[in-house]
Amino acid sequence: MTTDVHQLDDGAWISVNDSREVNVSDLWLLAESEFCRCEPTDFLAEGFVDTGVDPPNIQARIAGRCIACGTEGVTDWLTVGRVIDPESGEFYGVVHDSVHIPEKRHRLADPEQ
Amino acid sequence: MPTKVENWKDEVYGNEIRDRLMEFAEEGWDAIPEDEHDAWFERFKWWGLYHQRSGQESYFMMRIGTPNGVIEPGQLEVIAEVADKYARGPEENPEFGDAYCDWTTRQSIQLHWIKIEDVPEIFELLESVGLSTQQACGDSWRNIVGCPVAGKDKHEHIDAWPIAEDLHETFKGDDDYANLPRKWKVSVTGCDQGCGQGDINDLAYEPAEKDGELGFNVRVGGGLSRKEPRLARDIDVWVPPEKAADIGHGMSALFREYGDRDDRFNARIKFLMDEWGPEKMRSVLQEEFVDFELPRAGEDMRDQYTYNAGGNEHGDHVGVHEQPDGNYYVGLNVLVGRMGVDDVYELAEIAEEYGSGEVRLTQRQNVIVTDVDSDRLDAFLDEPLLDDYSPDPHPFMRGSIACTGTEFCSLSIVETKNRQVRYARWLKDNVSLPGGVEDFHIHLSGCTASCAQPQIADISLRGMKTRKDGEPVEAFDIGLGGGLGENPQFADWVEMRVAADEVPGYIENLLDAFEAEREGDETFREFVADRDEEALQSLADPEETSYDDPYLGNTKMTWYPYAEDSDMQSSPAPTDANDEPLPSDD
Ligand code: HEM
Ligand code: SF4
Ligand SMILES: [Zn+2]
Repeated sequence: MTTDVHQLDDGAWISVNDSREVNVSDLWLLAESEFCRCEPTDFLAEGFVDTGVDPPNIQARIAGRCIACGTEGVTDWLTVGRVIDPESGEFYGVVHDSVHIPEKRHRLADPEQ
Repeated sequence: MPTKVENWKDEVYGNEIRDRLMEFAEEGWDAIPEDEHDAWFERFKWWGLYHQRSGQESYFMMRIGTPNGVIEPGQLEVIAEVADKYARGPEENPEFGDAYCDWTTRQSIQLHWIKIEDVPEIFELLESVGLSTQQACGDSWRNIVGCPVAGKDKHEHIDAWPIAEDLHETFKGDDDYANLPRKWKVSVTGCDQGCGQGDINDLAYEPAEKDGELGFNVRVGGGLSRKEPRLARDIDVWVPPEKAADIGHGMSALFREYGDRDDRFNARIKFLMDEWGPEKMRSVLQEEFVDFELPRAGEDMRDQYTYNAGGNEHGDHVGVHEQPDGNYYVGLNVLVGRMGVDDVYELAEIAEEYGSGEVRLTQRQNVIVTDVDSDRLDAFLDEPLLDDYSPDPHPFMRGSIACTGTEFCSLSIVETKNRQVRYARWLKDNVSLPGGVEDFHIHLSGCTASCAQPQIADISLRGMKTRKDGEPVEAFDIGLGGGLGENPQFADWVEMRVAADEVPGYIENLLDAFEAEREGDETFREFVADRDEEALQSLADPEETSYDDPYLGNTKMTWYPYAEDSDMQSSPAPTDANDEPLPSDD
């Protein structure tokens, strides 16, 4: 089974294999992010803009704001969870308020492209 | 490349969704194939069913489209019955009980906690009185909005109701327009008050005169969502009433053909308007989508617009107003647009008893009882229901609008309706408005989608987060000075990330500053327009007060913010037809 990932409802959440897995409104701590000058960035997720798979990682670019300095924008690619066994398709979300390092590029093409 | 949503729509969309919906309803929640959930939930929207947020899987919000907000005699009682029987949640809302109706900013009705198993019975009930949920959500012609008192109003130049009704009948269920790139929102205004709010719709008809004949000027491309608010732009077209539907065909066909199906974020026609500008919009419409010569725009009436125009007149329909036929319409204030189901029954009853049985919904989330017999107006005004839904409310009650928020909505960042109820009560009890200020609009939206239309209020509140003593709390960005009228103005965002419990204190301080610094009877909107960003920022600071906010924590992390055990893991959902949890797979 290939892992099927997309954002829905205007970026409100990420679906992984037809299951609602990651939601907006959480705070994410971003390290070395270039999103703003804060270290770490205290990032409010307001909408998922893009999703992708870089096995086993499920990745997304998220629109939102640093709630410390007010910078708004879209993050680089963040790993929001993992599907370790594509056969079962089970999703393991990351702990969003532990530290995450956004990546400039993710290796595989976005399945939506 | 078309999006996934477009692919699902290619497979099944529009009217044909209904048969499958009915099959699923027959067999129950589990009948929806697990690997087709996303596709079916996207499609169900077209029939007015929008899945509720995470933690509430298997429950749906259901929207009933009432064009122009007109609820015809006999319909409201059925709406109450549907809410009573089928929209009862597993938990109570502390302000509104466990069954209620939401009157929305687009003159529709929203019910929550709907279970798919009940849909056939609900549709049967609604359809027995001519109501429908068709196209209430999804990518097509949405509920048509307009002057809520069309046909009953002394300010009117054209009765917009037959036109709205005709558009509704023409475009509801028409397969040619069933699958648009995105939602399509239309407004018809016939009065010189401007209460159709055309400026914030995709397609707006506004009253205008040409060569002595009354008709409509056409504007295109308004909308508030995604921090990209746009006012509809004048495309220099006038149509007589009998050609209004041709423009509807032409413009929505243009949108169907040219709207962006590769990127839903860029799909609304406001973005095509950004790209093309009004002249190209007009010429493409003329050349490809209508078969008559489009007349140039006529003389509009925008300079007379009073609705939400920031003046000292009341810019809404609340209160007692004489109709041209000598009867009265009485606008009743419904705080944040939500009415408990017993009150809805009662409203239906008194509308029947004193009027024609007709009730209308406004774009300020209020209700209007029309055709109240002039002889019995006083008795009507003495009805106990009007103690709670006043025709003469305090300005803070009158001016409050709030969207759905974390209670049910997946996009939301913060709790909205219950909080706005508490804000309004606290402000009423603790803050006085400067002399002569009768109208003061505070619109609260839980996120940037802007369903509560925050950008067109005196004070705009938009859901955010901040930290207080290191802990994340719900917060708001605060904007000032928005409104409609001849020259509509979107709010300036002035204070960012104010903790929700410091918002009432901010408003109090702001109004003190307004009172101290205002010149003569300067309106709040003028006061804001006269100041630059720095001056606005220095007017007032957020502050804790006696206001207590029970929803400060992350209400979105609960399965239902007001449940006694609100922990996400304690959610009963997904459930069967009797609200009993379904066995989980793992
Ligand atoms: C479950 C509840 C709701 C959800 C998930 C929802 C979703 C959305 C979304 C995603 C947008 C922005 C998307 C866009 O069109 O570009 C939006 C905008 C809007 N919605 Fe809602 N909405 C909800 C409830 C409501 C209600 C109750 C109303 C009133 C009928 C409403 C009226 C509006 C308006 C007026 C706008 C902004 C203006 C515009 O750009 O057209 N929404 N909503
Ligand atoms: S404004 Fe945002 S939070 Fe409020 S109902 Fe609309 S989508 Fe939901
Ligand atoms: Zn920052």
